[in-house]
Amino acid sequence: MTHTLKIENLHVAVDGKEILRGVDLVIRQGETHALMGPNGSGKSTLGLVIAGHPGYEVTEGRILLDDQDLLEMDADERARAGLFLAFQRPMSIPGVRMADFLRHAVTNVRNPERKEGEDLIPMREFRRELKEKMEQLNIDPEFARRYVNDGFSGGEMKRAEILQLAMLQPKFAILDETDSGLDADAVRLASKSIAEIGREKMGLLIITHHDKLLEHNPPDFTHVMLGGKIVETGGPELARELHQHGYERIRAAHPEADRANRQMVEQDQNETATVG
Amino acid sequence: MATDLQTTAKPDIGEINKYDFRTESRPVFKARKGLDREIVAQISEMKGEPDWMRDFRLKSLEIFNAKPMPTWGGDIDVDFQDIYYYLKPTDKHGRSWDEVPQEIKDTFERLGIPEAERKFLAGVKAQFESEVVYGSLKEDLAKQGVIFLDTDTALKEHPDLMREYFGTIIPPSDNKFAALNSAVWSGGSFIYVPPGVKIDFPLQAYFRINAENMGQFERTLIIVDEGASVHYVEGCTAPMYSSESLHSAVVEIICKRGSRCRYTTIQNWANNIYNLVTKRAVAYQDATMEWVDGNLGSKLTMKYPAVYMMEPGARGEILSIAFASKGQHQDAGAKLVHAAPHTTGQITSKSISKNGGRSSYRGLVRVNHGAKHSKCNVVCDALILDPHSRSDTYPYIEIMDKNVSIGHEASVSRIGEEQLFYLMSRGLTEHEASTMIVNGFIEPLVKELPMEYAVEMNRLIQLQMEGSVG
Ligand SMILES: Nc1ncnc2c1ncn2[C@@H]1O[C@H](COP(=O)(O)OP(=O)(O)OP(=O)(O)O)[C@@H](O)[C@H]1O
Ligand SMILES: [Mg+2]
Repeated sequence: MTHTLKIENLHVAVDGKEILRGVDLVIRQGETHALMGPNGSGKSTLGLVIAGHPGYEVTEGRILLDDQDLLEMDADERARAGLFLAFQRPMSIPGVRMADFLRHAVTNVRNPERKEGEDLIPMREFRRELKEKMEQLNIDPEFARRYVNDGFSGGEMKRAEILQLAMLQPKFAILDETDSGLDADAVRLASKSIAEIGREKMGLLIITHHDKLLEHNPPDFTHVMLGGKIVETGGPELARELHQHGYERIRAAHPEADRANRQMVEQDQNETATVG
Repeated sequence: MATDLQTTAKPDIGEINKYDFRTESRPVFKARKGLDREIVAQISEMKGEPDWMRDFRLKSLEIFNAKPMPTWGGDIDVDFQDIYYYLKPTDKHGRSWDEVPQEIKDTFERLGIPEAERKFLAGVKAQFESEVVYGSLKEDLAKQGVIFLDTDTALKEHPDLMREYFGTIIPPSDNKFAALNSAVWSGGSFIYVPPGVKIDFPLQAYFRINAENMGQFERTLIIVDEGASVHYVEGCTAPMYSSESLHSAVVEIICKRGSRCRYTTIQNWANNIYNLVTKRAVAYQDATMEWVDGNLGSKLTMKYPAVYMMEPGARGEILSIAFASKGQHQDAGAKLVHAAPHTTGQITSKSISKNGGRSSYRGLVRVNHGAKHSKCNVVCDALILDPHSRSDTYPYIEIMDKNVSIGHEASVSRIGEEQLFYLMSRGLTEHEASTMIVNGFIEPLVKELPMEYAVEMNRLIQLQMEGSVG
């Protein structure tokens, strides 16, 4: 069976402020989708809402993984159902070692029925696998003992996100600007990791401002988000166009979404101004 | 919450349940309830103590009676006349495992003492109610002149050392509960490490309160002679009872020139216990004293380990951690006194409040006149897990000399929604995620603990994290 992640007419608000205004998107297993769009258009919000961030209010619409209603599930249940989000800004968790955290995560995701307190996957097996994956990604084995994202450089954090992706082998992965901060070698290694999981096994949503990751993972579809809506969808040529010419044409073609996007960004700047 | 243990404990914390039992205890002698001259004299007589100790006890009782209850810290609601002050479970001290009565052995068995002994092959002492009944000491330690005894035995076998140091660091007049302990003390550890002797494994003791309404008033005295070093570890668990219990210990430590002492305590008291402990060390030239103090459970804990840095080069370090859950108040902290120039102090305090629990950091840093070029740094972090819980900070800083450097940082954080979400998005349940964040928060202390105590500490935290949130 081919798995499907389906987003229907998704509306999302924070503190009464509308951020997503009716997003429709279908991703099938084996497909790679690129999601582009100017700053503040709502791309990360979409990723976070799909992953189950409790800080966002879904005011309308549905998210389905096959026939499961994801909106009824907590973030951890969604992860166990096969969803993965590589964060644009991963959180640091001082005092918690990468290896301990990952062993828990891998155990839960591989045994979705596991009850809390039941055995974790065997240490030796886990260590061997972790070590192997770290080598592939050229991550210093020392990182297993480091605290989660604590004091990691920008690139190290992104590598660590890819490492988690490689360990968890999800059905659907959302990579939120995973390529920004990665050097050229790291992008290549990350793409190799993705290839190893098997692109045919995964539905991929790559959120990006660059073409690095897309070069290795040519998208079947490119979507453009503006003002909290997907305003255009095309093939790999659309991604190329945006990289070369920017969003001028899109903004002109969708004045209403453009206005909404500018409003959101301005509002942000005002808020930052009063805080700062 | 610990009182719910038997009914709600999950299989993964079965290990912790081993502390939640009550072994029949058949005391050989039990003083009647209450506190007066007659009882204090009787305790001293039962123990066959020298006159000076009996007089010390009686004088302490007077001081106790004269002193008002402290008006700060937490609410103490104890009926001092409703407590047994002395209980002697067996009339024999065992030095080898074979000599220990079966019933008590069963208790120790479940506490895991034989394991600990196998691991460390030395230094195991245990206190069962108010008397040390089992202790063993690695032979070569004894050969090096190290003394490791329960304090009652030390009084018999080393009266000179006892008379020289006992009550000199914490006199009975120090505070009401130090006076109480001085009047009715029983058990505790006595350690003497001769000059230059470095003990490279931790000496351990296990303490337990077992009879209902039994106060436990152990008294510990550690003397680390010049250039010597020792790490003493005290783990503590208590079974649960319905009526109030009082634990009031006194710990005195002397670190002579160039010596080093670390004193590690993990306490997990039942929720009805008042835990009022006075701990103080003096450190002389170039000596280092470190307190590592973990406080879980109890109804109220008031504990502020202190280091008085008496001569140049002395160092004092206090690492404390408190976990306050429902119905619990942890008033913990530290005290550093810089009494000489070029002394260095560090206080690191971490507290966690959950389920309506309350934790307070109360710390004093004092730099005396002339204690030039002294340095002191205080870091206290509080983690609050829900809106019903509370954390307060009471830092007192008294600086009598200008030429010093004092740093103070305090932070209070609520468990972060973003951190929780990050972990949960990787498949961890909310409970697993918050437990992990809490364990991470206390990691700086846990990594200072000997291995099996670190494991224990994480399990205890896990236990504290059980039960309804909110
Ligand atoms: N938790 C939040 N609280 C308040 N505003 C938010 C929150 N999350 C997102 N927003 C706002 O919603 C808008 C969309 O943000 P989002 O992070 O989704 O944009 P993005 O498309 O990922 O931008 P970028 O390309 O810069 O990463 C922005 O104006 C942002 O400030
Ligand atoms: Mg973004």
